[in-house]
Amino acid sequence: MKTTYRTAVHDAMRDALRDDPRVVLMGEDVGRYGGTYAASKGLLEEFGPDRVRDTPLSELGFVGVGIGAALNGLRPIVEVMTVNFSLLALDQIVNTAAALRHMSGGQFSVPLVVRMATGAGRQLAAQHSHSLECWYAHIPGIKVVSPATVADAYGMLGSALADPDPVVIFEHVQLYNTSADVDVLSTTDISRAAVRRDGSDVTVIAYGGCVPKALDAADSLSLTGIDCEVVDLRVLRPLDTDTIIESVSKTHRAVVVDEAWRTGSLAAEISARIMEGAFFELDAPVGRVCSAEVPMPYAKHLEEAALPQADKIVAAVQSLFGGR
Amino acid sequence: MTGHDLALGLLSDMIRVRRMEEKCAELYGEAKIRGFLHLYVGEEAVAAGSLRALTADDAVVATYREHAHALLRGIPMTAIMAEMFGKQEGCSRGRGGSMHLFDAPTRFYGGNAIVAGGLPLAVGLALADALLHRNRLTACYFGDGAVAEGAFHESLNLAALWRLPVLFLCENNLYAMGTALHRAQSQTDLAAKAASYRVPTATADGMDVIACHEAAQQGADHIRTTGGPFFIEYHTYRFRAHSMFDPELYRDKTEVEQWRKRDPIPAFTEQCLHDGTLSTDDVTSIEKAAQEEVDAAVAFAEDGTWESVDDVGRDVLTPAPEGVR
Repeated sequence: MKTTYRTAVHDAMRDALRDDPRVVLMGEDVGRYGGTYAASKGLLEEFGPDRVRDTPLSELGFVGVGIGAALNGLRPIVEVMTVNFSLLALDQIVNTAAALRHMSGGQFSVPLVVRMATGAGRQLAAQHSHSLECWYAHIPGIKVVSPATVADAYGMLGSALADPDPVVIFEHVQLYNTSADVDVLSTTDISRAAVRRDGSDVTVIAYGGCVPKALDAADSLSLTGIDCEVVDLRVLRPLDTDTIIESVSKTHRAVVVDEAWRTGSLAAEISARIMEGAFFELDAPVGRVCSAEVPMPYAKHLEEAALPQADKIVAAVQSLFGGR
Repeated sequence: MTGHDLALGLLSDMIRVRRMEEKCAELYGEAKIRGFLHLYVGEEAVAAGSLRALTADDAVVATYREHAHALLRGIPMTAIMAEMFGKQEGCSRGRGGSMHLFDAPTRFYGGNAIVAGGLPLAVGLALADALLHRNRLTACYFGDGAVAEGAFHESLNLAALWRLPVLFLCENNLYAMGTALHRAQSQTDLAAKAASYRVPTATADGMDVIACHEAAQQGADHIRTTGGPFFIEYHTYRFRAHSMFDPELYRDKTEVEQWRKRDPIPAFTEQCLHDGTLSTDDVTSIEKAAQEEVDAAVAFAEDGTWESVDDVGRDVLTPAPEGVR
């Protein structure tokens, strides 16, 4: 039976609320509205307004409330509508959630989960479409995950809630309607990258909404005789460098696909790690496919042009083989 | 508690804080303490009076000017002083310093150096208490500067909307660093701002330790009875510079002198001696004990250990329990 990514997120939250009385969900329109992306539909009715809390438009406030509640015995899931809005709460995430354990000499851990939508592709223009995962991945003291599959959309939430430290979950808006045949949804780890497609000629490294594009590109490239391995990073902090280096050491070529802007991106960090850890394994420079350095345009053709697409990944891979 | 015991406790609290901080300033001059050092000198009545309204189960969230709150909440002066020295025996293992004193046993949640950063945290602590049906409150200290931050307004609204047990304690010392209140706020009646969120309020003379205590007791009683928040504006004054780097160009010396005449320690001492609540022997023994405590704290800090630089990366994430990868 097909399960959608949206349903997987919903079921993960429902099961967490059902299994652990310490879990609360809060955020803008998570209750009566059912969630901006309909991921929390029915949860207010099932668990009541104490545990499924609609908040005012106070991102800084309610993310900070989540931190305090986490410190004091709850396991809050705080939903921020979109990554662009999370900038209003960045202070609490960076200056408090991430720093508290260290500042207190290890006395206080913050078992907080923050979920937010990220990414472009819905013509939502320059204040609702960005990919700022790398800003969060820069910060010691938090974990950052990016479920790209239905299984991870369900499975990562449980691990995030079980984690004693703050975990930020990025759900790409283009993934909510994707679906997969999954018999049983269960908890998945938040420590390792995953090889989504085995290959021998080149490693394509992606995360979140770019993983399906990388897989599409790999299918196209296989017709031209290039056998791609596709690595889904899954966890953006701490990065699973071992899986990347292992794959690149096998294929000797790498292309990093990242919906963020190229400058200062995770793609840059991964490229640097490949250079540090597998320089002498490389048969070609590491390639990158990132978004155009422009605030996201509204017009559909321009938005598509600004984003990584399968054909751009194909071209980037082919360039590593002399354009084959 | 008899009048004598309360007076003895309040005076002792204020003097312990004052002597500790005077020593800190001296040690700063000797470069034993570095970084930012924000002294509370002049404002002691607020922390001394208000903290006595709390129980051991309550939580405290404070600011970067929190030495008094940390000490009077029950963190040993030795651990506070060692923290200021940056020693491993400090209450935050030397990772926090003056601005980030923390202590789990006394439920002291910092030590927050982002102005108004502690308010949402306090509301969250209170939310957990409310949902878990614990009858305890969270005391949240902040200055007049915090009232300009969005976090103040978001937190007051949430605490009132969700009826959470937060005691908001505004230490209005008239200056946000160097910016006078009237230069930063269209409405300088800060309690009025809280009242606009339908939070019940009180104002108190922050130089009068009994008034400080009574206001906090009123607030705590209200919270324990109703479950909802309470806001107190304390009118107080910082006698010393904002931090050790502050040349104090923004206020007149005469203004400082006028406020110094209202120093809460001599004022309360004289009042107690005059009405016979305390004797001169009481005052002498408080001073003597405070001096001994400060000396012992400094010795403890001097004797403390510097954490190995090999451990610089610790306490970023929580270690997995034994046997779990």
